[in-house]
Amino acid sequence: MTTPSFHCLLHCVMGNERQKPKHMKKTFQIVVTLAMMFLMSCNNNTQTAAGPSSIEANSDAGQANVKDDASMKDIVKVAVGSPDHTTLVSALKQADLVDVLANPGPFTVFAPTNEAFNKLPKGTLNELMKAEKKTDLQNILQYHVTTSSLRADYFKDGQTIGMVNGDNISVSVKDGKVVLNNSAAIVASVQASNGMVHIVDAVLLPPVKK
Amino acid sequence: MNKSSKLIAIITVAVASVMIGCKPRGAQSAVSGDAAQKTYVAPGKYDEFYDFVSGGFSGQMSVYGLPSGRLFRVIPVFSVDPEKGYGYSEETKAMLNTSHGYVPWDDLHHIALSETNGVQDGRWVFGNGNNTPRIARVDLKTFRTAEIIEIPNSAGNHSSPFITENSEYVVAGTRFSVPLDNTNGDVPINTYKQNFKGTVSFIRVDTSGRMNIAFQIQTPGVNFDLARAGKGKSHGWVFFSCYNSEKANTLLEVNASQRDKDFIMCVNWKKAEGYVKAGKAEKRTVAYAHNVYSEVTHSATSEIEKEVLVLDPKNCPDMVYFMPCPKSPHGCDTDPSGEYIVGSGKLAAVIPVFSFTKIQKAITDKNYDGDYDGIPVLKYESVLHGEVQKPGLGPLHTEFDADGNAYTSFFVSSEIVKWRISDLKVLDRVPTYYSVGHLSVPGGPTRKPWGKYVIAYNKITKDRYLPTGPELAQSAQLYDISGEKMKLLLDFPTIGEPHYAEAIPADLIVKNSQKIYKIEDNQNPFAAKGDANARVERKGNEVHAYITAIRSHFTPDNIEGVKLGDVVYFHVTNLEQDWDIPHGFAVKGANNAELLIMPGETQTLAWKPDRVGVFPIYCTDFCSALHQEMQGYVRVSAPGSTVPITFSTGKNEPTGPIAQNK
Repeated sequence: MTTPSFHCLLHCVMGNERQKPKHMKKTFQIVVTLAMMFLMSCNNNTQTAAGPSSIEANSDAGQANVKDDASMKDIVKVAVGSPDHTTLVSALKQADLVDVLANPGPFTVFAPTNEAFNKLPKGTLNELMKAEKKTDLQNILQYHVTTSSLRADYFKDGQTIGMVNGDNISVSVKDGKVVLNNSAAIVASVQASNGMVHIVDAVLLPPVKK
Repeated sequence: MNKSSKLIAIITVAVASVMIGCKPRGAQSAVSGDAAQKTYVAPGKYDEFYDFVSGGFSGQMSVYGLPSGRLFRVIPVFSVDPEKGYGYSEETKAMLNTSHGYVPWDDLHHIALSETNGVQDGRWVFGNGNNTPRIARVDLKTFRTAEIIEIPNSAGNHSSPFITENSEYVVAGTRFSVPLDNTNGDVPINTYKQNFKGTVSFIRVDTSGRMNIAFQIQTPGVNFDLARAGKGKSHGWVFFSCYNSEKANTLLEVNASQRDKDFIMCVNWKKAEGYVKAGKAEKRTVAYAHNVYSEVTHSATSEIEKEVLVLDPKNCPDMVYFMPCPKSPHGCDTDPSGEYIVGSGKLAAVIPVFSFTKIQKAITDKNYDGDYDGIPVLKYESVLHGEVQKPGLGPLHTEFDADGNAYTSFFVSSEIVKWRISDLKVLDRVPTYYSVGHLSVPGGPTRKPWGKYVIAYNKITKDRYLPTGPELAQSAQLYDISGEKMKLLLDFPTIGEPHYAEAIPADLIVKNSQKIYKIEDNQNPFAAKGDANARVERKGNEVHAYITAIRSHFTPDNIEGVKLGDVVYFHVTNLEQDWDIPHGFAVKGANNAELLIMPGETQTLAWKPDRVGVFPIYCTDFCSALHQEMQGYVRVSAPGSTVPITFSTGKNEPTGPIAQNK
């Protein structure tokens, strides 16, 4: 998680030019080029039959599809930009939470890394990604989101935070280290346009319902 | 990671982002094929509904037609409107008076149409001023603001102006709790829990529409958000949603979200009336402005009232109860039967539906879960009809159709969800574009929903319209709810921030709409009812010009004898008695605005000339073919000048040698 390469990429995503090594600049350009190509191909797909203007708007897509390269990245774009969160991103898509997390929020998302998902018992994730388990997946992912933008220094030892799924998490702060539910530690924090992303090293599991 | 694996990772990310960006479209279209037909109102045809939409931070109220989404009028309420001279003319300035003096702006969030027997009656529409607490009443004969009353002991009049089923009262709950007006307010902010109180006010509306504050109820220091009056069986009660039951005074984003449940406060106002009658209310010294516009004198008066009656629940048992409601409730809506109260906790994962019958039983059985600052808290389970489970994210506000269905807006998941009250089943959901706040069904908050449509009022439009720089229009979206599934028909941009709206069948209003003011009824003391009365008079350094306007000239149109240092009052009377023929009036260099004078009306513009010279005056509203000829001059002389006051129209013929072409 704290390997230099992750931070490197993170800085690219966040547009931190100062700390960007030369070789990264090149790969960054490649990403931009690729993204442009794909965006253009997107445009070709969005032509609709009717409409007075040839300039295209999103007629029936959600906020995650708004084309905007000028604004600060929202939570979805931050997650998508991190190679350590590919699992989370696929799960968010499967749970229909992509548009939600692109809206104005404010949100705090505890974002488990791929490694964190890998720590789950074998097969758990594959099971959750099945269509019939969508509600369970939504419940777990919504347990990682709260509707307010909480900077790392807002967390206090002994605090309880109500999550979007309706359950609470507990917060402990020891020597500046924030740990959730005594199991998931915040290892890095990223400011997004619509809230905070705190990268955590374990998946939070909602309390089992009676 | 080595360089190449990094590259692969990046490409993976890019592809993933594209997969999100390229969600397949066209498989289902957001708009159904007959949408255009359903919203098309042919030129010259009337819409079926008026839609009164709050302007949020514009401070105004706008009037649209439904289903077309056509904008008819922006009614100035709490903000000045130079276009109409509102807040600029001498007659209207008093409308914006407050105990803080002249306040030319406010933040109008909610709309309440007057009701009789729980059904919209089309007499008045009320709006709240959030910032400097006020309630306004707009007269729907004239579509003009008729009255504004300030609310004392309040700060942030958000939970307002919800109305009882016979328009007995409009209510006003304070968003901010504060040290009350009759106490020493110079206290440390962190003594919130000791010194800050809330209030809810009951503003009586008499049969003429005139408002007065009948009484206030002092409450614990919570934040009141919204409210709804009971109806039918629950008539006599008002339900107020409240958040910040934690009583936080800083970083509410975190500190007001600690408790699993906040409250809906249930007020038995018939009981409160009884306590007032029995002398249980304390008379407190406060100051608040009460401004009334007269359509006879065509001018506003403002009085500062000094007393208000306050009930303390401590001395008034069985008047106020708290009902636990999950997580910062916003909407607090009673269904058409009056039996069900729907709480919408912005941070809640369920929608609780409370039963009025159960509330009554819990009160009778004293089925309490302790108290909150001495006020009984009803046991959640004992008053609950049931919960809609996992309906969506961020429920905000609910309205109803006539068939037992509820429609709830969800800000966070940006959708409207239709559900059935009886079994709490979710029936349908549609996305909004984007981030809906309130929604509205015509008649939706009343005993008689007219149904047909639900309208979403969206906060975000990002890519929905042609871009207009950083600031974009907010929007309304119209959905057909006549079938089982909701269908998006239309969206249209709105004025300011459209918080809430109420729509009403057009025929309830059209028949009463006034066309002209009768000139013989004009009792403005500065009216000139006919050219014979047009004149200019000096009173010390005031010059009063009594001017008439009729197609296509002013009388007088040549005025001399004004001196630098004078204040000129142009009292302009529109002599027209013809619908839709206003005249405008403007003078060069005026430091305020124009006048817009309706047929039969008199309005006054004060002007302080800043230099010697000749100043044009003209009609600003295209009134006739000779509108451009409707003009005149005012001569301003030096302070010591001996030029006498003269005035005329058509008499001031050219004199002196006329320059000849040689």
